[in-house]
Amino acid sequence: MILGTGDLIMMIFFAILIIIALCVTFVQDLLYVVIIFGVYSLIMALLWLHLNSPDLAITEAAAGIGVTTLMITLIRRTVRREN
Amino acid sequence: MRNKNMTHRTILRRVFSVILLILSLYIIILGVIELPPYGAPDNPVHNYVAQRYIEDALEDTGVLNMVTAIIVDYRAYDTLIETTVLFTAIMAVMITLKKDPSKN
Amino acid sequence: MLDFVLKSVVTVLIPFIQMFGLYVIFHGALSPGGSFAGGMILGLGFIALNVVFGLEKGQEKFSDEMAGFLVSLGPIWYGSIGLVGILRGANFLVNKDSGLPMGEPGTLISGGMISLITLGIGIKVASTIVTLFNALTEEE
Repeated sequence: MILGTGDLIMMIFFAILIIIALCVTFVQDLLYVVIIFGVYSLIMALLWLHLNSPDLAITEAAAGIGVTTLMITLIRRTVRREN
Repeated sequence: MRNKNMTHRTILRRVFSVILLILSLYIIILGVIELPPYGAPDNPVHNYVAQRYIEDALEDTGVLNMVTAIIVDYRAYDTLIETTVLFTAIMAVMITLKKDPSKN
Repeated sequence: MLDFVLKSVVTVLIPFIQMFGLYVIFHGALSPGGSFAGGMILGLGFIALNVVFGLEKGQEKFSDEMAGFLVSLGPIWYGSIGLVGILRGANFLVNKDSGLPMGEPGTLISGGMISLITLGIGIKVASTIVTLFNALTEEE
């Protein structure tokens, strides 16, 4: 199996996604977690765009970056993490 | 976070969760190995269904965007029920969170 | 929320956000996008108004009664467009046999009932998100 440039870009995206997913677990401040989760959605939208599905990219950009970040920020005000 | 004097219960819980994670990772990898390679022309995805949509969508629906043609025309029932699901969800949220204006 | 810069920037930005949302909804048949994404962008415009200018100003523009009415209108609108096919003697939710004008592919008004359904779902999703936001904010 020969790797082209597109496969390399996809692998970089997947590596960034895994790093972000680990960051969400280990970062203490919940506001940072919400922002990092927005970055996850951004990378995911770029990945959809690279996979030739711009419909999903637009939906991911609107739902993931906008609505999810907003709703988690709202819910965060009522939650406090211990330690 | 990391105290030196952790109790045995905490250590046991962490070891157990790591074992659970490794097991689920193993199961997921077992499933992923079976997948066909990405983008290969003889994948089972490329069968007559996709072929028919690609060839007939413009003639059947008169819409250039094939995704919209499938969502709103071929799978119109799905989208109708999806709209109903959104309506039910927002109704549950309103029942749970909305304050009663007559009490104030 | 009394920041002058934030208010100025959002005042300029909101019409463009709304316009882009309406563009994505109406061009769902032609370009990538569609009803759900466009409705979310449209609703995010109203939410930006609510966040920056406060809930009272937002209620003036898009009140809770209006949002509840539009949330209920979405499925009713969808189902009644589906009934057009039955009136013309075809199946429920058919497009080509329902007798709606199909238009020319590639123009803005084309695809029969698809544009109408897309508009209905877009308005419904926008009002759903605004209602959700208002319900979560009033919880405090």
